[in-house]
Parts: sequence; structure tokens; C-alpha cells
Amino acid sequence: MMERRLWREGSLGIAGKVWQTNWLYVLLIMALAAVGYIALYAAAGGSPEPYAQKQLVRFGIGFVIMVALAMTDIRRIATWSWPLYALGILLLLLVARYGHVGKGAQRWISVGGFQLQPSELMKIFLVLALARYFHRASYERIGNLLFLLPATLAVLLPVGLILKEPNLGTAVITATIGGAIFLAAGVRWWKFVIVIGGLAAALPLAYHHLHDYQRERILTFMHPERDPLGSGYNIIQSKIALGSGGLLGRGFMNGTQGNLDFLPEKQTDFIFDLIAEQFGLVGSLGVLFLLLLIVLGGMLIALRCRHQFGRLVALGISVDLFMYVFVNIAMVMGAIPVGGVPLPLISYGGSVLITAMIAFGILMSVHVHRDVEFPEDALASRR
Amino acid sequence: MKREIFNSGIFTRRALLVAGAEVAVFGALGARLYKMQVVDGAKYTAMARGNSVSVRLLAASRGRIFDRYGAELATNRQNWRALLMVEQTNDPATVLDTFSKLVPLSDSERARILRELRTHQRYVPVMLQDFLSWDQMAQIEVNAPDLPGVLIDVGATRIYPQSELLSHVVGYVGPPKDADVKADPTLTMPGMRVGRTATEGFYDLDLRGHAGAQQLEVNAVGRVIRELDRQEGTPGVDLGLSIDIALQQAVADRLVGQSASAVVMDARNGEVLSMVSQPSFDPSLFDSGVSNTQWQSWMADPRKPLINKAAAGLYPPGSTFKTVTAMAAMTSGAVGPYETISCPGHFDLGNARFYCWRKGGHGPLDLKGGIKNSCDVYFYNAALRTGIGPLAAMAQRFGIGADLGVDMDNVQNGLMPTKAWHERVHHKRWALGDTVISGIGQGFILTTPLALATLASRIATGRTVGPHVARSRAGVVQTGAVAEDWPKMELSEHYFSLIRQGMWAVVNAPGGTAPAARLRLAGVQMAGKTGSAQVVRVGRYAREHGFNSLNLPWQLRPHALFIGFAPYAAPRYAVSVVVEHGNAGADIAGPIARDIMTDALHLDPAGRDHPLPPTPSALVTPSVRAS
Repeated sequence: MMERRLWREGSLGIAGKVWQTNWLYVLLIMALAAVGYIALYAAAGGSPEPYAQKQLVRFGIGFVIMVALAMTDIRRIATWSWPLYALGILLLLLVARYGHVGKGAQRWISVGGFQLQPSELMKIFLVLALARYFHRASYERIGNLLFLLPATLAVLLPVGLILKEPNLGTAVITATIGGAIFLAAGVRWWKFVIVIGGLAAALPLAYHHLHDYQRERILTFMHPERDPLGSGYNIIQSKIALGSGGLLGRGFMNGTQGNLDFLPEKQTDFIFDLIAEQFGLVGSLGVLFLLLLIVLGGMLIALRCRHQFGRLVALGISVDLFMYVFVNIAMVMGAIPVGGVPLPLISYGGSVLITAMIAFGILMSVHVHRDVEFPEDALASRR
Repeated sequence: MKREIFNSGIFTRRALLVAGAEVAVFGALGARLYKMQVVDGAKYTAMARGNSVSVRLLAASRGRIFDRYGAELATNRQNWRALLMVEQTNDPATVLDTFSKLVPLSDSERARILRELRTHQRYVPVMLQDFLSWDQMAQIEVNAPDLPGVLIDVGATRIYPQSELLSHVVGYVGPPKDADVKADPTLTMPGMRVGRTATEGFYDLDLRGHAGAQQLEVNAVGRVIRELDRQEGTPGVDLGLSIDIALQQAVADRLVGQSASAVVMDARNGEVLSMVSQPSFDPSLFDSGVSNTQWQSWMADPRKPLINKAAAGLYPPGSTFKTVTAMAAMTSGAVGPYETISCPGHFDLGNARFYCWRKGGHGPLDLKGGIKNSCDVYFYNAALRTGIGPLAAMAQRFGIGADLGVDMDNVQNGLMPTKAWHERVHHKRWALGDTVISGIGQGFILTTPLALATLASRIATGRTVGPHVARSRAGVVQTGAVAEDWPKMELSEHYFSLIRQGMWAVVNAPGGTAPAARLRLAGVQMAGKTGSAQVVRVGRYAREHGFNSLNLPWQLRPHALFIGFAPYAAPRYAVSVVVEHGNAGADIAGPIARDIMTDALHLDPAGRDHPLPPTPSALVTPSVRAS
């Protein structure tokens, strides 16, 4: 295997990088964006305004960022890991102090007129930080509890801050990403068993400390009929929209749930309902399959990468994407409590789109630089 | 290879595990999609449809009621009202609070609205306020954003342009009761009314029509996006009554101030041309519920303004019944048409003595003389010989105590006693004395002015004419409008002729009992029969010591009755008059009947709108009213 290509200290030329780019994966991403355009076009009642066109422009910007990141040497990105992590924590602290309150939660800050949701960025920064931490950590080292402690704190700090916003959905996703990287890095199975067992035992206690609106959400989730016009409304309408699609859908622009505004936040969190309503099982399974390809594509990049940093980064980003999709679709199906998690590249919204494109850019960079050799000293964990 | 100090084998294994878990989760999502969209798809499709499709009922306009010349007796007027579309608001209580700040609502109104909000179907709007002023409408429109689900709508109110003149004939409408709603749920629509009495009551289902339905696509806040389907309702049928409001007015004017009723009928076909019961009431008071004070004052009035005495007032027919006794006696063979019976002034049956109204008696009389003089003894004899069975049967053939099938609600049939009835109801044996007094229309016999006019018509034409008020439906004249629709009575024309001659003599011959009823018209004569119906029994002592009913208090005086028909030669109009506690038929009811008949002949409603057979009487019908 090693005979196939030389490890190179130096970087590829720009032409080589373009050649190395996984264009099939880029095509998948563009296909997903196209699905988003169609859904947003329908969400606006058959018009590119006000959603689809704006989102397309954002996608264009995001695409440039993605390509730029793909061309950036993964080793350089690796050197930014800790500063970026620190920046993420700082932003989370800022949002806690100065953020906009929206729907009972402080999640947003403005950066030069641009709405930013730091928790989205934090997930990527955490992936980078953890990947860097576990890069070159031997299986034996990882067996050492003391070695795991800083990494665990690195996960718990942002998770805690995001929980405080409060944004339960993103916090769970962040924790899961952390867990996945721990697992892939080689943390022993029994430790997961203990942590998961402990969490399950602590769940009733956690419920006690949830915000009223979060508790309400869980109660409503379990019994949506409890309050069909109040907090149960979203779940019920979402399920109706999804289910009424049937096998082939009600036809493009013919969905009554979406067209007649029964569906709440249809252009953001509940966009999958629009697709399911209009294009039926065929359409919704098609989009689900596309998303699966993108998630598995990330895993494939991880598996093909020949350095641990890249593997862990690719795996973390893939799990991030997977969690987005799972939480969002399970939410619109009424299978888990509503959580305010959008569907990447399909839901309307700049912050999520740009973060997703940053994530894809880093993923691309991992792919392009899958064979590079990390200088032994540069990223060696400080011990 | 040495630099790769981490274990890539572990990563690969665990990454594949993660990927496997991801695929499994996606598979589960896909399976659930299949379950929701395909397995349960129909359920959710129905729910989506229920969400977006709103069914609204389209009220059918209530049929109008006209008189025979097309004058409006009952019609609908548009009014502006505020409705609450329940399905378009999440919080009706708040909307109601906001609304009541703009348009004050009384406590009872509020209670009604809350009750309807609870009980009505979601798609049936609840009426908040009727008869909105322009100011109120403007207030509501301006505040529309704060009043989700409130809309301004045109409703219909029942209007009775003739007001008190025809309230007893036309009836009135009122809000539906629970039983009505059970029978027809569309009555829960705001402003729906149900016919309560008389014509409005009898023809309620025809007048109501059928509600249509509209399927609308609505969005989440209830705004109508488009109409999906529309089934037009059928408006109610317009009724043309046989009533002539000019004649009705003339009769009402003649009876005003009395507690009295009169019916003018087309003797040939039973069309009621005028039916008046005085005093009367304003039917529009019922539309939105009668006030307590109004109700109390109606109830306290001894003249009973709410009761249509012409159709539901029950009176002994008194001497007007002698026409029936005459026909029964001749037909049964009990009394020959020219047989004379002597009247000594009284009639003895065992120990009981029955008096003639004329103290000294009439001497020998034949049938015509008996009717002309209204001799009680003659008819005591006739009734006793005939027997109550044949007498009752004959009475029912003439409409006394029989169901006449009148097309109005709240009509009384009256009562014609028989032996079986007496034993069943009073648990007593029928006495011969009961037969005797039945012969002069006293005792248990009860009838209405409408039935008496029918009696007069049947005597006049010899046909089984049935009284009815609806002449046309939706502009089409119904069967029963011509004499040929009513079969002959299968009684001797000779006997009819004798009774008519007797009745002619009552009015026109010297010594008849009702000279005051004689028409003051050239060439037209009325035949008739008076009657006085006792309210209290006058004992033997009183009779023999100068009893005068005028000395009695008003409510104990006898009722004054008169039946008649004209023109005598070719009868066209029949009339009946009952003046409650009017004392003597001849003096009180007779002149009223004369005036009413004069008006009928003058206005001639029966001759004006369909061709009459060219009879001599038609030629002599005066075209101007004689003094």
C-alpha cells in the first residue's frame, strides 16, 4: 500500500490539489443544494424570492470558502486547531453575554451585520481540537484516564455553554461528536458503558434542571394531542404534512400544508416536510439517500486518509452531518422532541449553510491531503 | 511505518462501526418514512384535507308569502351582522372580549354566544350581533386584526309588511328550538328561523328550502384561498295566499275594538279570502324573542290577542247549526220537507222542559218556516226524531267537529258529540235531552268560525269545499282553486234548496230573524242564519221571570254568530261572524256580516283573477259600494 504514493513533506501544487479533489463528492453537495433551492422555491409559494435566491448566493459564497479550505494544507489547519477552539469558546461566552435572545434562547451574535451562531462553528472547532489532541496518541496512552481528562473537559466546556444558551439539540449533537471521536481514537469500550450508564441514571435529575420550554417540549412531544393548538401544533402539522405526501407526493407546489401555512417554520426546521409532502416517499427517500451518501462519503474520506488527524476530522465532520440529518428528520417525523436543528444545505439560513460549507471545505482538505506526512515534532502532543 | 504509532486498525474497525450505525439509523428513518407516508398516508391525507378544507353552509332564503294579488305579506330583509367563524380562531373567549368592547353585548347575549360556541359544529359560525349599525361595522372592520375569525355578513330578517293585519293568517317565525335542530342541523346557522304558527308553521318545510354547502380552501389563519366546490341550496317556495288584503283590511276595520272573528270564503272552492281575529298582534315581535312585559300584557288581555279565534276559537254553533239539523232530519226521513210541527213555546221530554226562544211559541211551522223563525221547538223535535247518530254524521259532513284539513297550524277541529264519545269521555250514558239541545247547536257541540264558513259554503254550493289559504306555490295555482276540484255532497239538491230558501227568508223575508243583515244592494241578496251561543245555562226560573242576557256581565253574555252566503241566486261568497259575548246574533253579528259581504261583493276577489262562469248573479254584482 505504501508503494502507491510517496509520503511527501512538501505540498502539492495547486493543479495537483484540484486534481486530487473529490469532485464526485462536490457533485453530491451541489445536488443537495439544488434540492434546497427547489424546496425553498416552493416554500415561497413558487418564487425565488425571498428564500431560494438569497440562499443560492450564500451557497456561492460558501462554495468559494469550501474550495479555498480544500486547497488549504490540512497541516496548516491542524496548527489552527487550538486557537480556533479558543475562539469558539470566546464566541460562546460572548453570545452568553451579548447575544440576541430569540425564542427563549440566546444563540446568535452579530459580526459585522452577519448573524452568527457560534455553537455551529464550535462543533467544527471541537472536531479539530480533539483530532489534534488524539493525533499520534498511542492506544496505550489512550488507555490512560489522566490523558483523557483534558479532552473530556474540552468537550464538556462547549457542551455546557451551549446547554446554557439553551440549545439542547446542538448540545447533544456536540457531545455525540465528541463521543464519536473518542470512540474512533480508541477509547476503551467500558468507559463508554460507564458514561452512558451514568447519563441514563442522571436523566431524571437533568429533567429537573431543564428550562420550562424544554420540559414543555418533551411533554408535548410525548402527547401532542395535549395541546393541539399550542405547543403540540408544530408536531401534529409536521406529521400531517409528511404523511399526506403518500408514495408519489401531492405534486410540486401542490402541498396544502406548506402552501396554506399550516406548517410552521417551513423554510427552516420543517423544510423536509415540504419535500415529503410534494414528492412523497419517492422524494423523501431520495433526499434521505442523498444525505446518506454525503455522510458515508465523509466516512470514506476518513477511511482513506493516512494520518490520524485527518481521519478523526473527517469522521467528526461526518458524524456532525449525520447528527444534523438524524435530529432534523426524526424531529419532523415526531420521533424525537422538536429541537430547532435545521437540515444542512436545504434549510434556509446563512449561518448553518456557511458552517456546513466550512465543514465540507475541511473535509475536502482532508481528502486532498490524505497522503501528506505530518512532521513528527510539529503536532506532537505536549506531554 | 514506525512513525505511525497509533493503531489504524482500531480506527478502521470503529469507523466502520460508526458508519454501520449511521446506515442503520438512516434505514430506520426510511422505514418510518414508509410507515407514515405509505401505510398511514391515507390517514394523514385526510387530516391535511380536514385542515385546509372548510365547509360552510349556505342558508337558503325563506320563501315569501303574498296575497292573491301579489302584495307582500311576509318577506326577507337583509341586515348586517357579525359572525364568529369558530374554526378560524384559536381563542374565542379573547375575541369575544375584544368584540364586546366595540359592540356591547348583554349578559344574556354573551351566555347565548358561549352556549353556541360549545354546542355548534366547528364549521357553523356563531352569530355575535345582528342588525349592526354603520358605526359598529366600521369599528369591527378597523379592528379586524384583533378579531380573528370575526366577519361581517349579510343575514335575512323576516319582515311582515302587513303587521297586525295578517298575523293570525300568516303566523310568525322564531328561533329554532332544540327539537327543530335535531330534525334539521342546518338550523344552527346564524339567523335561521322556524315558522311557528298558521301558514308559516304549516308550510315551514316548503318555505325553508334547502341549505347549500360551500367547500373552501382555507389557510392556517383561516383566510379563504379559493372555493373548491359549491352546491347551491334551493330557496324556499314562494306562497300565494287566497287572502285579499283589501278585503282583509275592510273586515278588520269592521271588527276593530271587539273580541270577534270573521271568515270570508269563496263558497265554490273554499279559498279563504279574509280571516280576521280581533284583537291582533305584531308578528315581528317574535323574531328576536318576546319581551316579558309584552308577553304578560298579552296573557292578561281577556280578548286573547295571540289566539286566532277564527280558526282556533271554539264556540257552540247555536242556531246556525239548525241548517245541519234540517238536512239530517230530511235526509234520514225523520221529518218530511213540508211536514209541519207545532211550537207551543216549549218542548217537554219527560220531566224536562226545553224552551223556544220565543216565549209564546211559533205555532205550526214547516222546515222553511222553522229556519226562517229559527224555531227551537221545531228543531228539538227534528233532532229527537233523527237521533244523535245521524245528526252527528251529518254535522261532520258539513265540517262541524271534523278535521277539515286546513293548511294552517294551530287550527281546532271542534267537537261533534256522539254517544260513544260521551261514554268514553264523561263515563255517562247519553241522555235524550242531549240530543234535543244538540238540535239547536247547544250542549257539547263546539266549532270554529272557519268551520262555520265552510258549513255556509257547503250549504250554498252543495260541494265538499275545504277551507284553505295557500292558493299558489311558486306561482303555480294549486288544485282546489276551481269548484270542480271539490266533489258534490251526494245529498238531495231539493233539500239543499229548501234550506237555502229558509236562509234567504231569515234575512230577506218579512218576519225573518235577521232583517238587519239584509244587503243594501240592488239585485244581490244574502241568505244567512243567526245564532246565539250560551255561555251559561239559563234556568227555568229565570226564563219565566223576564230573563235578559244584556243584564249579565260581559264575559257571561252569549256569543253572537252569523253565517251567510251571497249572491243568493249564484253563491260565490260565504261568510261567518262570531262576536264573543255579543249577545244576539241577529242584532250584532248580522249587520257585521252584511257589511263584510257588501265589501266582498264590491271588491270581488273571487271574480277578479280567474274567469267566472257567466251566471246571472255575476252580471248583477255591483261594481260600486252602495251606501
